[in-house]
Amino acid sequence: MAASESYPEDLRYHPEHDWARVEGEEATLGITWYAQHSLGELVHYEPPDVGAALVKDTPYGEVESVKAVSDLIAPLSGEVVAVNERVVDEPETVNADPYGEGWLVRVRMSDPSELDGLLDAAAYRKLLEDAE
Amino acid sequence: MKLLFEKSRPGRRAFSLPACDLPVPEVPAGLRRRQPPRLPEISEPELVRHVTELTTRNFGVDTGFYPLGSCTMKHNPRVNERVAALPGFRDLHPLQEPEAAQGALELMWRLQEILAEIVGLDAVSLQPAAGSQGEVTGLMLIRAYFEDRGEAGRRRKVVVPDTAHGTNPASVAMAGYELVGVETDRRGNIDLDDVRAKVDGETAALMLTNPSTLGLFDEGIEEIERIFHGAGALMYYDGANLNAVCGIARPGDMGFDVVHINLHKTFAQPHGGGGPGGGPIAVRDILEPFLPSPQVVRVGDRFELDHDRPRSIGRVRGFTGPFGVFVRSYAYIRAFGPELRDMSEAAVLNANYLLALLRSAYELPYDRLCMHEFVLSARALKRAHGITALDVAKRLMDYGFHPPTIYFPLVVPEALMIEPTETETRETLEAFAEAMHAIAREAAETPELVKEAPHSRPVRRLDEVRAVKELTVRYSFGEQPVAAAP
Amino acid sequence: MLEVVGVSTVEELFRDIPEGVRLRRPLQLDPPLAEQEIVAHLEQLAARNVPVGSELSFLGAGVYDHYVPAVVDLVLGRGEFLTAYTPYQPEMSQGVLQAIFEYQTAICELTGMDVSNASGYDGTTVAADACYMAKHVTGRSRVVVSEATNPQVRQVVKTYARGFGLEVVEVPHADGTTDPEAVLAAAEDAAAVIFQQPNFFGCLEPAPELAAAAAEAGALPVAHVDPVSLGVLEAPGRYGCAIAIGEGQSAGNALSFGGPHFGFLAARMEHVRRMPGRIVGETVDTEGRRGFVLTLSTREQHIRREKATSNITTNQTLLALGGLVYLAWLGPQGLRELGERCMALAAYAQERLAAAGFELPFAGCTPFKEIVVRVGRPAAEVVRAARARGVHPGYQLGRDYPGFDDCLLVAVTEKRTRADVDRLAGLLAEVASP
Repeated sequence: MAASESYPEDLRYHPEHDWARVEGEEATLGITWYAQHSLGELVHYEPPDVGAALVKDTPYGEVESVKAVSDLIAPLSGEVVAVNERVVDEPETVNADPYGEGWLVRVRMSDPSELDGLLDAAAYRKLLEDAE
Repeated sequence: MKLLFEKSRPGRRAFSLPACDLPVPEVPAGLRRRQPPRLPEISEPELVRHVTELTTRNFGVDTGFYPLGSCTMKHNPRVNERVAALPGFRDLHPLQEPEAAQGALELMWRLQEILAEIVGLDAVSLQPAAGSQGEVTGLMLIRAYFEDRGEAGRRRKVVVPDTAHGTNPASVAMAGYELVGVETDRRGNIDLDDVRAKVDGETAALMLTNPSTLGLFDEGIEEIERIFHGAGALMYYDGANLNAVCGIARPGDMGFDVVHINLHKTFAQPHGGGGPGGGPIAVRDILEPFLPSPQVVRVGDRFELDHDRPRSIGRVRGFTGPFGVFVRSYAYIRAFGPELRDMSEAAVLNANYLLALLRSAYELPYDRLCMHEFVLSARALKRAHGITALDVAKRLMDYGFHPPTIYFPLVVPEALMIEPTETETRETLEAFAEAMHAIAREAAETPELVKEAPHSRPVRRLDEVRAVKELTVRYSFGEQPVAAAP
Repeated sequence: MLEVVGVSTVEELFRDIPEGVRLRRPLQLDPPLAEQEIVAHLEQLAARNVPVGSELSFLGAGVYDHYVPAVVDLVLGRGEFLTAYTPYQPEMSQGVLQAIFEYQTAICELTGMDVSNASGYDGTTVAADACYMAKHVTGRSRVVVSEATNPQVRQVVKTYARGFGLEVVEVPHADGTTDPEAVLAAAEDAAAVIFQQPNFFGCLEPAPELAAAAAEAGALPVAHVDPVSLGVLEAPGRYGCAIAIGEGQSAGNALSFGGPHFGFLAARMEHVRRMPGRIVGETVDTEGRRGFVLTLSTREQHIRREKATSNITTNQTLLALGGLVYLAWLGPQGLRELGERCMALAAYAQERLAAAGFELPFAGCTPFKEIVVRVGRPAAEVVRAARARGVHPGYQLGRDYPGFDDCLLVAVTEKRTRADVDRLAGLLAEVASP
């Protein structure tokens, strides 16, 4: 059921194991394969409200497995325009497809230059290797 | 095994009530119970068999070795049960006139004096019901102290090490303080540089247990005292690991200003499957005026409850605390007297012996003598064979042992936190060590046996994900379950 | 053993402890006692107390002299329960886990709620727990408590409220009960309204209206209830409460000079993630067998740490299991009969004391198992005089309520008889002044 390990090239990554996919002025956010693997099967997603303001590097919500709680760290600042209700109802979607169906929120970016501060796939992979 | 509710049959009862010819008044219509609660209808023989069967599916210290770290699962002497059940204690109403409760009040007063001597401090409140409650109470005392000095607005932070038991940060939040974390260094002591960087005029207190949850005595304790008291902050001692140091080193002498004591750990109150416990606090005299009210005091040769405490933080629990727990701990301590030191020495020797037996098979993250407990890591097994601390724990059950604490403290990956206590024999320790070695071998040779353990308990591994998702938290009586929280 | 460890003396094991903090004298404690000496000493201490069996006692005020059946001793004495730890390893602890699940079910049945925790410390701290829950559910910073609620409950709420950042507002009682209009007025911006049923005076409150007033103000209605009243009184869950709490002692725990007892807390399912304490859930094992585990652990301190719903760890499990056995011993029929017996005796006490000429300040309310009687002299003197004749006539209400120094709070449980009440009335007529 769980996906196999991958870190898509078209995404940007935050060291706290969150990803961002930029589409024009908006970005879709989620957690990486490594994050979902560490947590185990997710049982709960506590999302922000639509319209809430995300601030880069600060927590915007939570995910839980049976044994752990993890803050979701915003890789970018912006206003929440959509929350993935499917993940609210079926949190395990994140484990199965962390980059596709398992997206968490979509935001309208307030400062696209923040993207420069994020890692590309290669840099994120290196970060994971160094931590081993 | 069936639930009591599944054994229920209409009309059965165990209850009897004396006859009485008084008329029963009517409950006003709006307040009257319309549907009776669906309590089980069961006879006494059925009830007794049910409870007995439940006990066959449970493991206590009375059953076997139970080496949970920082829980101090020592033997609970049966004489303590006998004295707690004396009618003069068991059937005593807490609001009985003090002159008719002198035995109880004297017992409490004596216990206060004893605990003060053991921890090296000046005054004690027996009110808190458990260690966690002692923690919050202690933090409230600290806040009251700083308010009295006009410093409370400034001093908003409490320093807690990363090895702390989860109750410490939770208590900090409940008491309305801000948490500041400090790291542990390679020797297992608090990182003094990190502490110096983070302690200042905004610090209210340190919360520390010493020895720590790594089972290691913090060698820098004297410097720690200088740093915190030097900054005008106070020091809180989490007494969960007191079993290591009774008669050997006292938290008051280490510089701590307030201490909670877990009566259900060091002082043998049985754990009861999750309580009751007792969490009395001992304080330096600067904090005495703020202690919870009422206090048990001695006036001449009489014992009284002192409610006249204008600077008290107030009441934290009903009456004067869990008295039945005091009886047991008092009786326990009276059996030892100054020989509590021997108790701690035996606890520390047993732990070091077991550590010596196990270190060849498991990784020891901090290579020092331990105190009453130690932490090993199963990380090597995980890397080589995919066997985790969880798997080791489950397989130990098949060998007839309760597993140690796993995945705590958080600073050690695949942690196994082991506290044997002083009441275990050498043979038991050796048998446990043998089992741990056997499991390490099984990890290499027959990993499935370990991965699928336990094989010999009433249930196999349980689906905890399903438990959360379906959230069946009571018997459904065949109805549709209430929707779980969104 | 020392050799295996690699030291020559036990003293070496403590070499990491700096000399400056070593205790270099024996602990100044009395010498050790042999087991028989311990028993003799404790018997001597116990003999200097007057338990409820040694006098005719009408003391209540929060904990009560109900009959605890022998079968409760069974669960309290079995070593497999008594000496077990919190059931973190479920395969070793199915006995305790199932028993807690049954207890949770019983509490939900009594209170009409969806989920119960495995116990809190006592009836006072669960009120503080309810405030902490309500603060996080509503985001509001005020709690309203009826003055007719147990004074110790109110004291503990106030002690905790400071750290929680909560303001506590008390609503005065009117003639022994609480006025819903007064609650509505006080509950603006309140996170919770706490009232007690039956209240501290023993009176039945207009509980559904109090809950409605709280809800109208947007506050969570919290009922503090007597477990043994819930065979005759309606369940809080059926009249709009969000949380039901209470002191469990009446349900099968010995008085024991105030503890250990257990507090219970149950709530609507929508609040489950904010609940403190252990919760046991049902599941299956790898072979499809039903089993039980601690669940929603992510609420708790060992995972969520500073953001936990509470710091509670050790609670009062064994006492709660005693409560379960007691409630099972009663069954629904027994619970109802017990409640009816208490009400019958309370009504009789009202009648007899009124007939003896005593004023009953709250004569207008229906009592459950306690009544207030004005004895016309300082209550302390009356208690002394009555006790000299082998009767404890009740709690001195003036200790907690101004203007009631000549009043007693008299409790009657199923252990009292008509003749006991007659004796009380006769005795009070002699020693007090009607």
